[in-house]
Amino acid sequence: MSTLSEAIEVNEVEEQTLPKVEQNAQPFWNPYLAGTGLGLVLLAAFVIMGRGLGASGAFSSLVSVGMQAVAPEHTSANGFFTEYLGDGTHNPLKDWLVFEVIGVIVGGFISGILAHRVKGSIEKGPRISSGRRLLLAFLGGGIMGFGAKLARGCTSGQALTGGALLGVGSWAFMLAVFAGGYAVAYFFRRQWT
Amino acid sequence: MNAPFFKFGYFGEETSLIVAFIIGIGFGFFLERAGFGSGRKLAAQFYLTDLTVFKVMFTAIVTAMVGLFWLSVFGIVDLSLVYVSQTYLVPQIVGGLILGVGFVVGGYCPGTSCVAASTGKYDGMMYLVGIITGIVVFGEAFPLLKDFYSATPMGKITIPELVGVSYGLVVFLAILMALGGFVGAEWVEKKFATKVKGVGQ
Repeated sequence: MSTLSEAIEVNEVEEQTLPKVEQNAQPFWNPYLAGTGLGLVLLAAFVIMGRGLGASGAFSSLVSVGMQAVAPEHTSANGFFTEYLGDGTHNPLKDWLVFEVIGVIVGGFISGILAHRVKGSIEKGPRISSGRRLLLAFLGGGIMGFGAKLARGCTSGQALTGGALLGVGSWAFMLAVFAGGYAVAYFFRRQWT
Repeated sequence: MNAPFFKFGYFGEETSLIVAFIIGIGFGFFLERAGFGSGRKLAAQFYLTDLTVFKVMFTAIVTAMVGLFWLSVFGIVDLSLVYVSQTYLVPQIVGGLILGVGFVVGGYCPGTSCVAASTGKYDGMMYLVGIITGIVVFGEAFPLLKDFYSATPMGKITIPELVGVSYGLVVFLAILMALGGFVGAEWVEKKFATKVKGVGQ
């Protein structure tokens, strides 16, 4: 009996220490496996909805609604914002991409929690300060937002979705994204390497 | 069974939003699994030390492309009902170049920054604020950009239609290209990984 209770005690101690070991972030999945999963999600979107994935469009809806709340007359006169606002018969936030992007946020969080990767941190190389990195993140987001609107979509809607559908503009866009990135990577190397 | 289900009226608008949410969860889950919540990992694509972005993207493209192709061959999916966005060649190339710059400067794209933000990356959150700002700027500048935005329209055109060959042939060539790309990517990673090590020692 005593050995049994000792064994249970040992087990309990082990169980208590075990989660601490597990708290280390798990390695990322093999890229081909993660890519296959992503491809099946995209295929499911095609089969169920007849449309692909997206991201930047949801932000356009959000921006348009925000702009209309702040400056209704000014916004109504702008053809870009009105395209997302519609004719006023239904809520522009009750939109497929808006709900999909909320899902992306939730799905990323679920995966992160399961792999012990949710942690307040800043992604950067060792040669740049956190303040400068955050400024560059803001600027990069701004450049991306502008470019995505000009291209009528981002990496999700154009490269991934349009790529799988063999769209001419999407493939031209995809090659341009890589070209633009490689063209300036050297100048921003201190941020990442 | 007729697909796309939504286009055949199997369910309505309200349900489609629930579908959107669930599909989004899958999208975000696999993005995070691939490591795309990390700006460093994403940016490494442009320094050739980690080509995960290329590998994941093209694996996903090939998977969805091949799946859709066979489903259409077997008559399950009506391809004409799958939404293909219109091509506006020059603004899309210019937009793509700008977007590539934004990728290196900011470290994310819109989808991956959502995953970065939800897994606690402060730079991912700043990036989201940046995207919103960028869209406001684009919207405000839209009256000036309108003509260029709509320049070089080519309609809903796919590569097989442009080149005048069969859909299946282009799918086949795209698979070959991706496989070649994967072999090349593994080789480049090995080469640059040793180079980085060599510099460090």
